[in-house]
Amino acid sequence: MHNVLDIKGLRIEATSYPPGEAPRNVVLVNNVSVAVQQGRVLGLIGESGAGKSTIGLSAMAYGRGGVRLTGGHILLNGREIREASAGDLRILRGREVTYVAQSAAAAFNPAKRLMEQVIEASLLHGVMGRAEAEARAVDLFDKLGLPDPANFGNRYPHQVSGGQLQRAMTAMALCPKPDLVIFDEPTTALDVTTQIDVLVAIKAAIRDTGVAALYITHDLAVVAQVADDILVLRGGKKVEYGPTDQIINHPQEDYTRALVSVRSIDHVEKTEAPAVLSVSGITARYRGTNFDVLKNVSVDLPAGQTLAIVGESGSGKSTLARVITGLLPAAKGDLTFAGRKLSPDLASRSKDDLREVQMIYQMADTAMNPRQTVGTIIGRPLEFYFGLKGEAKRQRIQELLDDIEMGAGFIDRFPAELSGGQKQRVCIARALAAKPKLIICDEVTSALDPLVADGILKLLLNLQARESVAYLFITHDLATVKAIADKIAVMYRGQVVRYGSKTDVLTPPFDDYTDLLLSSVPEMQIGWLEKVLAGRKMESAGN
Amino acid sequence: MSRIPVSALLGLVLTGGFFLVAIFAQWIAPYKMDELVGGVWDPMSAKHLLGTDSIGRDLLTRMIYGAQVTIFIATCATILSFVTGSVLGFLAATAGGWVDLALSRFVDLVMAIPSLILALVVLTAVDVSVFTLIVVMGLLDSTRVFRLSRAVAVDITVMDYVEAARLRGEGTSWVIFHEILPNALSPLVAELGLRFIFAVLFISTLSFLGLGVQPPLADWGGLVKENSAGLVYGIPAALAPAMAIAALAISVNLVADWVLSRTSSLKGGRGA
Repeated sequence: MHNVLDIKGLRIEATSYPPGEAPRNVVLVNNVSVAVQQGRVLGLIGESGAGKSTIGLSAMAYGRGGVRLTGGHILLNGREIREASAGDLRILRGREVTYVAQSAAAAFNPAKRLMEQVIEASLLHGVMGRAEAEARAVDLFDKLGLPDPANFGNRYPHQVSGGQLQRAMTAMALCPKPDLVIFDEPTTALDVTTQIDVLVAIKAAIRDTGVAALYITHDLAVVAQVADDILVLRGGKKVEYGPTDQIINHPQEDYTRALVSVRSIDHVEKTEAPAVLSVSGITARYRGTNFDVLKNVSVDLPAGQTLAIVGESGSGKSTLARVITGLLPAAKGDLTFAGRKLSPDLASRSKDDLREVQMIYQMADTAMNPRQTVGTIIGRPLEFYFGLKGEAKRQRIQELLDDIEMGAGFIDRFPAELSGGQKQRVCIARALAAKPKLIICDEVTSALDPLVADGILKLLLNLQARESVAYLFITHDLATVKAIADKIAVMYRGQVVRYGSKTDVLTPPFDDYTDLLLSSVPEMQIGWLEKVLAGRKMESAGN
Repeated sequence: MSRIPVSALLGLVLTGGFFLVAIFAQWIAPYKMDELVGGVWDPMSAKHLLGTDSIGRDLLTRMIYGAQVTIFIATCATILSFVTGSVLGFLAATAGGWVDLALSRFVDLVMAIPSLILALVVLTAVDVSVFTLIVVMGLLDSTRVFRLSRAVAVDITVMDYVEAARLRGEGTSWVIFHEILPNALSPLVAELGLRFIFAVLFISTLSFLGLGVQPPLADWGGLVKENSAGLVYGIPAALAPAMAIAALAISVNLVADWVLSRTSSLKGGRGA
C-alpha cells in the first residue's frame, strides 16, 4: 500500500484586507503533515476557520481566492505538486484528484442533464470513450443506490432530491477512476435521515472502488462512521492525528475531548405548568397555493418551559413559527396566548402582543441590520416598547450585554465585527430586551460550530431559569432537543406525529417516523452506521 | 478611507472646480451676464479670454453663468428624482401587492415613451421656466431611480432583520428609512452621479432645441445653440460650452465609477 497523498509541513498563507487598515499577511495553515494510503479515508475535522477545507483543496494544489501555498510538500502519488505548472495541474485535477462539494444544488449546471455532467471530466481527460463512461456512470449510480440507475442520468438537477444530487456528485467524482477524492462536507446540508443514505452510499463506493479519500466535516460523529484516520485541526494547526478508534474513544488533547463530549448538557424536564401558548387545530397554506403546509396542528407550550418542534426540512416547522408570529395568518384554528386570543394577523395585534412574542433566527448575519451598531440593535426594542432614552437606555443595554456574557466594549460595534456566536448572542439580547413571555428560536444553533452552539444553548437555559421565558425551539437536530426541551412535538409533512413530554416522546415504543428520525442522528460510536441500517423500519423521506 | 486612485482624484478636482465656479459665478465673472462688451464673435484676447459671442457678449462670462444655470438645474432635478424615485421605489418594495403593481406599471408606461419626446410635449404645453424644467426633468428621471431603488429594496425586504422590525411592530416609514435606506445607499449614491450627468445632458439637449432655459439666461446647451452658426465661418465659440459639458460629464463619471467600485468591492464592502 503506497501513500496516494503525502502532505509534509504544509504552510498556507493569505493576505487579509481588514476595512480601514493596511493589508496584512495571515497564516491559515501552519506545519501540517498527513498521509493517505490507497483505499483509506482520512477525516479532517475542526470548526469553521480551522483550515480543513483549505488543506483539502491543497491536495489539488489549489488555493481558493488568493490563498497561497507557501511552504512544505504536497506529494501526490510520489510527485511534488505544490509548485506544479498550471498545465500539469489541469491534467491532474479531475483525473487523479476529484472533488465533492458541500452544496450539490449550487455545484451542478441546471441547464444540463446529469449524465453529461457526470461523465464530462472522464471525456475531457480522455480516460475513456463516451459509451464506456456512460456505462461506468450507470454502474456508479447503481452502487450509490440511486433509483432507476439506467435512466437516472437523463434527468436534470432540479428533478432529483438534494440527497440524490449529492450522490450524483459522488458518482461524478468517482467516474474518471481517480486515485484520491476530496469530500468537502458532503452531508452537512442534508436532513439527518437523508444524510445516512448518502453516508452509506459514499462509504460503499469508497470501499468498492478502492480510492483514497479526504473527508472534511465539522461533525465528529459523521466522520467516525467513514474515516480510518482522523486529523483534528484548530486555527490551522494540528491538534491530534491518529486512527479513528483512538480519537473517538481515547482522545489525548483537551480540545478533542471537548469535541467528543459536546452536547452533553444534562437537562431535566420541568413539571407540567399552565400553558402560555396554545395552538389548536391550526391549518395553514401559503397564498396562491392549494396545499396545506400545516394540517390540524395542536400543541401547548407551558409558561417558562421549552417546546421543541422537530422535523426535517419541509415538515412545516418554520411555517408554524410564521403562523404564531402572525406573518402567515392561519386558514383555520386558534392561537391562545397568556389567556387571551391572539389575532391571526400581525397587523391587528396590539403592541403588547408583539412585545411578548419575540423571535431569534437561524442566520444571525441576516437577522441584524449590518448598518446598525449593537447598541442600536438592542436599544431599539427598549425605545420602541418602553420608551427608554439616553442614559436609562444605555444602562439597560449594558445589563443586557452582561446577560449574554458580552462586555461593555461591544456596544458600538457593527455586526460585521462580531463572531458567529457573538452575533447570535446579540440577537438573543434583542429578543430579551422586549421582556417577552415567549421566544421563538428558529434553528438558532444550526449555523454554529458545535462548541459555540453548546455555549448558546447553555445561555438560553440560564436565561430561561432567570427570566422564566418560554421557548418554542424549532430544530432538526435531536441532540439539541435532548439538551434543552421539556416537551417535544415531532412534525412530518405538516402534521404532528408525536407529541408529549420529553421522556414520553423519547421512550419506546416509537411510531415509524420518530424511530427513523431518532435512529438517524449520528452517534459518536464506531460502527453505528451499520447497526442503524440493520434496524430501520422505513425509508427516509429523501428517497 | 483608503487611497484614492488618480482618475478619481482628477474627477473630484474637476467636479469640485465646476461646482465652485457655479456657486461663485457672480463674483468670478469678469463682466455682467448680458452686457454687450465687444463686436460679434471677437477672437480670444487678453480682454476676452474666450472671445465674444454671436451678439458681442463676453463668452467666458456667459460660460460661467451657464455653468451656474446648468449645474443648478441638473442638481435640483437629480435631487427631486432621487427623493421621489427612491421613496416610491422603497414603498413599492415594502408594501408589495397592489401598491407595487400600480406604481410599477405606471412607471413602465412612462418609460415606454422616450423621455425627450415626452419632455418636449410637456414643455410646449406649460410655461417654460427654471422651475417647470426642474419638475419635468426630475419627475421623468425619477422613473429610472424608482426601478433601481425598488430592485435594491426588494432584496433587502426579504432579509430577516426587516422581518424582525415588522414583528416588533415598526411602521412602514421606519422600515424604509432605518432598515432599507442605509443598506441601499451605496448603489444609490453611485447612481446619483450617473443620473446627474444625464440631467446635464438632458437640460443641454432641451436648451439646444430651444425648449430649455430661455434667453437672456443661458445654460451650456443654449450657448452651443447661440453660437452654432459661427461654426460655418470657422469660429470656435460653440466648442467651449460643448467641451465644458463633456468635461463635466467625464469628471463626474470618474467619481461615480470610483464610488461604485469602492462600495461594491468585496473587501470591506460595508463601506461605513
